[in-house]
Amino acid sequence: MSSSIQGARSRSEKNSLRAPSPRIGEKIVISLLFLASAISVGVTIAIVISLFAPLPGFFDYVSPWEFLTGTLWAPSFLDSSFGVLPLVAGTLQVVFYALLIGVPLGLGAAIYLSEYASTRVRKTIKPILEVLEGLPTVATGLFAVFWFKPLIQELTPWLEWTSPFSIGVAGITVGIIIIPLIASVSDDAMRSVPVALREGAYALGASKMRVAVKVVLPAAISGIVASFVLGASRAIGETMVVLLVAGGGSPQLKIGFTEPAGAMTAFIASRATGEIATGTIDYYSIFAVGSLLFVMTLTMNMIAIFFVSKFREVYD
Amino acid sequence: MEQAAKNEVFSLKDMSVHYGSSLAVDSVNLPIYENEITALIGPSGCGKSTVLRSLNRMNDLIPSAKVGGEVLYHGQDMYGSDVDPVQVRKVIGMVFQKPNPFPKSIYDNIAFGPQTLGMKGNMDEIVEGALKQAALWDDVKDRLKDNAFGMSGGQQQRLCIARAIAVKPDVILMDEPCSALDPISTFKIEDLMMELKKDYTIVIVTHNMQQAARVADRTAFFTVDTSRGEGSRVGTLVEHDETTKIFSNPSDERTLDYVTGKFG
Repeated sequence: MSSSIQGARSRSEKNSLRAPSPRIGEKIVISLLFLASAISVGVTIAIVISLFAPLPGFFDYVSPWEFLTGTLWAPSFLDSSFGVLPLVAGTLQVVFYALLIGVPLGLGAAIYLSEYASTRVRKTIKPILEVLEGLPTVATGLFAVFWFKPLIQELTPWLEWTSPFSIGVAGITVGIIIIPLIASVSDDAMRSVPVALREGAYALGASKMRVAVKVVLPAAISGIVASFVLGASRAIGETMVVLLVAGGGSPQLKIGFTEPAGAMTAFIASRATGEIATGTIDYYSIFAVGSLLFVMTLTMNMIAIFFVSKFREVYD
Repeated sequence: MEQAAKNEVFSLKDMSVHYGSSLAVDSVNLPIYENEITALIGPSGCGKSTVLRSLNRMNDLIPSAKVGGEVLYHGQDMYGSDVDPVQVRKVIGMVFQKPNPFPKSIYDNIAFGPQTLGMKGNMDEIVEGALKQAALWDDVKDRLKDNAFGMSGGQQQRLCIARAIAVKPDVILMDEPCSALDPISTFKIEDLMMELKKDYTIVIVTHNMQQAARVADRTAFFTVDTSRGEGSRVGTLVEHDETTKIFSNPSDERTLDYVTGKFG
């Protein structure tokens, strides 16, 4: 059947280099794919613009200097004050405690998975880690409020537990949330270090620990630092846990494990309800805090990129 | 009988290697003598690399690999329950097919081994000594702090040899050390091997028969045995002897076919 069709084609048809059809379907698919990527970029740009657009309105009320250096955050007081430092301090404390927990445990898990675990153990643990990564943080927050915080309180009777809220417990909870993220990304980075490098070190009589710490870790440092940055970004952005565990916070700048504290995200989440009137200082303050959050995350990512390019051990 | 007086560093007695349930190499009986270069040659898949990697327990890194028979090192069973593979590799170094320097400075590459072993002495001198022994010192003495990846392939491989001898091993195993190198770099490494055998025992796996003929004192010829049933490919040792004999007057016809280029 097909041979008869072939035979029917004239010689000039056979030698033609033109496409037999305009391939419209392929062109449509390409445009759809382009549209998909354009939408994600476009929406991101729109978000950034909408975040920064209301800023002039805010700075009509409050000077940038007062905003960035003030130590009293009291937007709803009669004599309102818009010093953002108490919120920044809350966020940074969350990041600090989160990394304090997340980095050693996450990296430890990654070293174990990549260098020590048998294939069977790895194949069991890795999917569990990835499921934990996707756990809704509001659930983790509830766990922290009703089980984790009382437990820590019991274990540390020497601390002054005067408030029902604690920024320290919030930070540690966020730390637990980012363990799977750090472990999974670091593990991938360490496993992509060529076997030949490990063998070179083993052949010199290096123990597993030494190969992991002195050869694999430095070779994978860019991916490992990336995992820390991802973890820190996640900690900066985490909202529910901070809101539930650390509370709304006090307007004053306070630093301490057992203190209640508001973080930047928690403030936005508690304020930005549908009831807020546009054009009020309340409304503007949300965008001011949001913009600062964006700038902080961006700066941190840039520092990380610089760090990675400077200390990376290139092995290809 | 001059050989009888020679010291046997390794004695492989009816040695075999399994990967999982499949037999990779079977019944190897091979002595390896001190301060000699022993070449393992043969076609692909004949198990010569597998045998080499079992001499410093590098096969331990593959969980399914299992060594049977006996591998004696100076009379001691290398696979005995009281033997620590890390300790084994401290005295039996290895150079790999593809140069695999660490992504660190030239200096740190050499210093890694001695630091691992906690060797006493001035590290600068240890590094200089190893680089001189590997005939690399003059090439790199002005750029010891540079990354090793900036070197040519041949220099990288000599760096790997320098790294191996910096820990003062007893034996150096070389797994096709020149297969990724150009002819000039290859000759430099061969010169170096001739120099090194005064102090070390060397076992080299090579695909290059001329190389075996040039450098090796003794040569062992392996081949693939396909006669054991459908689809089975088991590496076996055909014969081993002085290199001149293997290449001029081997006792097995398969060896003659291989070294004269009739197959392989």
